[in-house]
Amino acid sequence: MMKISAPELEIAVLVLGMVILMVEAFAAKIDKRILAFAGIGGLAIIFLASFFVAPFPSPNQATGFWSFYTADRLSIFFKQFALLATILVLVMMIDYAPVVRRSFPGSQDGLGEFFAVPIFTCAGLMYLVSAIDFVFIFVAIELVTISFYVLVSFTRRNPVTLEAGTKYLVLSALSTAFLVYGIAWIFGVTGQTNLHRLTEALANPATDRGAALLGMVFVLVALGFKIAAVPFQIWVPDVYQGAPTPVTAYLSVASKAAGFVVLLRVLVPFLTLPQTQRVIVLIALLTLIYGNLAALPQANLKRLLAYSSIAHAGYLLIGVVCFDVRAVTFYLVAYLLMTLLSFAVLIIVAQHTGEEISDFDGLGRRSPFLAFAMLIGMVSLAGVPFTAGFLGKFYIFYAAILQRQIALVVVGVITVGCGFYYYLKVVRAMYWQSTTNSSKIPVNGLSRLAISVLVIATIWLGVYPQPIFDALKR
Amino acid sequence: MVLVVVFCPIITAILIMVGAPARKTALGASILTFAAALFLLISFDQGTNNFQHVTSFTISPEWRLSFTTGIDGLSLMMVLLASIVTLAAVWFAGTIERYENAFYACLLFISGGAIGAFASIDLFFFYAFHELALIPTFLLIGIWGSGNRVAAAWKITIYLAIGSFVLLLGLILLYQSFPPVWRSFDIRALQIGAAQGQIAAEAQRHVYLLLLIGFGILISLFPFHTWAPEAYASAPAPAAMLHAGVLKKFGLYGLLRVAIPLLPEGARHWAGLLVVLLLGNIIYVGLVTIAQKRLDWMLGYSSVMHMGYIFLGIASAGILGVTGAAVLMFAHGLSIALLFALAGELRQRTGTLVFDDLGGLARVMPFAGLAFGFGAFAAIGLPGLANFAGEIMIFFGSFKNGWAMDRFHIFQIATVLALWGVVISTVYMLRAYRKTFMGTVNERWKELVDLRPALRLPVALLVAALLCYGFFPQSFVRMIAPKFRTYLTANR
Repeated sequence: MMKISAPELEIAVLVLGMVILMVEAFAAKIDKRILAFAGIGGLAIIFLASFFVAPFPSPNQATGFWSFYTADRLSIFFKQFALLATILVLVMMIDYAPVVRRSFPGSQDGLGEFFAVPIFTCAGLMYLVSAIDFVFIFVAIELVTISFYVLVSFTRRNPVTLEAGTKYLVLSALSTAFLVYGIAWIFGVTGQTNLHRLTEALANPATDRGAALLGMVFVLVALGFKIAAVPFQIWVPDVYQGAPTPVTAYLSVASKAAGFVVLLRVLVPFLTLPQTQRVIVLIALLTLIYGNLAALPQANLKRLLAYSSIAHAGYLLIGVVCFDVRAVTFYLVAYLLMTLLSFAVLIIVAQHTGEEISDFDGLGRRSPFLAFAMLIGMVSLAGVPFTAGFLGKFYIFYAAILQRQIALVVVGVITVGCGFYYYLKVVRAMYWQSTTNSSKIPVNGLSRLAISVLVIATIWLGVYPQPIFDALKR
Repeated sequence: MVLVVVFCPIITAILIMVGAPARKTALGASILTFAAALFLLISFDQGTNNFQHVTSFTISPEWRLSFTTGIDGLSLMMVLLASIVTLAAVWFAGTIERYENAFYACLLFISGGAIGAFASIDLFFFYAFHELALIPTFLLIGIWGSGNRVAAAWKITIYLAIGSFVLLLGLILLYQSFPPVWRSFDIRALQIGAAQGQIAAEAQRHVYLLLLIGFGILISLFPFHTWAPEAYASAPAPAAMLHAGVLKKFGLYGLLRVAIPLLPEGARHWAGLLVVLLLGNIIYVGLVTIAQKRLDWMLGYSSVMHMGYIFLGIASAGILGVTGAAVLMFAHGLSIALLFALAGELRQRTGTLVFDDLGGLARVMPFAGLAFGFGAFAAIGLPGLANFAGEIMIFFGSFKNGWAMDRFHIFQIATVLALWGVVISTVYMLRAYRKTFMGTVNERWKELVDLRPALRLPVALLVAALLCYGFFPQSFVRMIAPKFRTYLTANR
C-alpha cells in the first residue's frame, strides 16, 4: 500500500494554495471560478490521500519536529474534517461569488484571493489539530486567524462587513495576547512547552500549581474566544452576521472544531488539577444558557445561526467537561454536516430574497428541495432522532449522566427545549407561511450535489454512527 | 412481516413527498399495513411468551445497539390499534385543499413512527421512532389546524420535545444503571438482567421517576396535561385521531414495556405519587371537562381524563390491573379516534363545535348520531364495548392490588374516587350528546346531510372493533396476560 506521512498533507495543501495564487496573479483573463474548481479538486485529492496515512503518535520523549507535531488518529481524523469543511466552503463560495463580484464593481479583482485564502486557512487548521507544543499551537492559531482577518472583511465596501472585520481583528488580537501571556506563565512555572512533558512537570509536587493554573486560565480565555464560549462570545453575533456567509460557515465549523481539538489536548496536563473541571463546568453552563436564550428572539437567520453556534459550543463543552473525546468528535462531525447544510441553503436563498427568517416564507412551495434540506438541517440542529444532531446530543448527555453532572444535564434539557423553538421558527416560515412570490429558486448542479450529500450524510450518521467511531479507532 | 408494517407507512410517506398521488397511495398503504397487521394477528403463536417475527440488524456492537423489531402480544395489540386508526384516519381525511401531498405524508409519518416504536425491541429505536412523529405533528397543526393553531402547535411541540428529552435521560440512566457487562439496548437482555436483580433499588427509584415524568408528559399525566386539549382541539381531525388514539399510547406502552418489568422497586416507591397525580387526571381534569363549552375541547380533555384510569391500572402493578390497563389503552384508542373523526366531520359541515349552536343533529345525521353514541358510550365504559372490559379489570385490580394490602390501602381509596370518575364522564359525555344530537334542530342545520356511504366504512370499522373486543376481550387478554405474569413475578 501507498505510504504517505502526515506532514506531507499540509505541504500539499500549502503548495496547492500557492499555485492557485500564482495562477491568479499571472492569468488575469481566466474565469476566476476555475480557481475554485481547482481548489476543490486539489483538496479532494488530498482528502482521499489522507485515508492512506498511517497514524504515528509522537513518542513522549520525541525531539525535533515530532516533539511539536503528532500524527495520532485524532489529528488525522480532524485533518480530514478540515479538508472536508474547506471543500464544502469552497462550493458555497462559488455560489456566493456574484455577491463578492458586486462589491468590486467593474472587475473580477479579488475573487481569486477569495478562493485561495481558505486553502491556507485549511493548512493552518490541519497544523493546529496536530500541534502538541504550545509554541506550535500559537503559530498554527495565528496562521488560521490571520487568514480569517482577510476573509471576514473581504467584501470591505460593505460597512457591516468592515465593522465585522474590525471587531474580529481587535478581539482576536486580544485573545492572542491572552494566549501568549498564558503560555508564558506556564513556561515560567514548568520550563516546558511540550504538552507531554508538561504533564510530567505538573505531576511533580515541586511545581507551583497556582501559577500554572493561572496560565491555564489565560489559555482557556484565548481558546474560549476561538470556540465562542461565554463570556468570550461578544464578537460572535456581529462578526457572523457581517462576514460573507461562506466565511461565517467556515468560521463557525472549522475554526470551532480546531479550537475544541486544541482544548482537549491542552487540558490533558491540567486535568490532575481539580479546579480545571469546575471552571469548565461554569463556562459550559453560561454558554448553554446564554446561547440558547439569546437565540430565541432572533429574526435574522444568519444571526440566529451565530447564537446557535454559541449554544452548540455549550453542548460540546459538556463533552469536554466529561472529557469524552469520542462524544465531542461525533458532535463536531454532526455539527459540521448540519451547520454547513443550513448555510449552504441560506446562501442560495439569501441571494434571491434575504437573510431574515421571514424571507424564507413559503419556501416549501417555491423550492421543495431547498426547503427539505433546510428542514433536515434545522431538525438536526434541534436534535430530532434519525439525524446526526440527535446522536451527537445523545452521546454528550450519555457522558454527562455517566459522570453525574446533574447541573449540566438539567440545564441541557431546558436549553434543548429552547432550541426546538428557535429552529422550528425557520421550519414554520418555510411551510406554514405563504408568500406572494412563487418563482422557483435556481440551484446549480454542484450545490445541489453538495446539499444532497449533506442531507444524506446527516440522516445516515443519525442511524448508523459507527463509521465515525471506527475511524477514530483505526 | 413486521418490517412491512413498520416501513410501509414511512416509505409511502417519502413516495408521497416525492410526488406520488397522495390520497390513493396513502389509502393503499394503510390498507396494506392493516392487512399485514391482521396477518400478524392470525399467525401469532400464543404458545410462546417470546417475541415473534424477530429481525435484527446490528448497529453498534460495543454499545450493544441494534435495530431489532419483533412482536409479542402487547406490541401486536398496539400495532393492530395503530393500523386500524391509521386506516380510519387516512380514509376520513378526504381531499385536502392546501398541500395535499404534505398532509398525507405527515399523517403516515405519525403512523409509521408509532408503529415503529411499538414494534421495536431495541430501546434506542423505540425512542427514536416515537420522535419521528414530532415534526409532522407540528406541521399538521400549524398548517391545517383550526382555532388557535399557532399557540397549540408550539405548545405541543415544545412540551413533547422536553418530555422526550427527559425520557431520553431516563433511558440513558436506565442503561447505565446496569453493570457494564449487562448494558444493552435490547429490551429482552435488559429483562433478563433485571430479573437477576442487576439494578440497584436506589437506581430504580431515580430511573423510574425520570421515566414517569418523561412518559407522563407524553401521556398528559396531570399536571403535565395542558398541551393536550388545546392541541387536539386545533388539530385537523385525522391528526387528532392518530395522536390521541395511537401516539399518546406510546407513553403508556413504554411504562408497561420498560418501567413495570425493569423497575419494580421504583414503581413501588413512587406508587403513592402516581396515585395522587392520576386522581388529578380523573377528578380534576374530569371536572374541567364538564365545564367545557365546545365539543372538540371536551373530547380533548376527556382523553386526558381517561389516561387516569390507565395509570391506575399501571400503578396497581397487579396482573389484573396491568392487563386491564393494556385493554383499556386499546379500547380508548379506538373510541377517541371515533369521536374525533365525527367531531371533525361536524366541524367541517357546521363550522362550529360550540354546544349552544348545535342541537338535534341526530335528526338530520342519524348515522353520525348513532356512531357518536357508540363512541360516547364506549368512553363512559358501558358493558358490551371494549372500554368496559378494561375499566372493570383496572378497578378490580387496583382495589385488590398486587402489593401488601396493609401498606397500600391508598389504592382502595383511589379506586373509590376513580369510580366517581365514571360518573363524571357519564355527565359530560351524555351532556355533550344531548346538546349536539338531541333536542330541536336549529334552523341553520336543517340542510345538513349525513355521512357519505364512503365515510361510513371507517366509522363502521372502528365501531365493529369496539364491539368485537367488548364482547370478546378474552381474545386479547389471553395474548397479553402471560407476558405480564412473567413481568410481575420475575422480580419478587
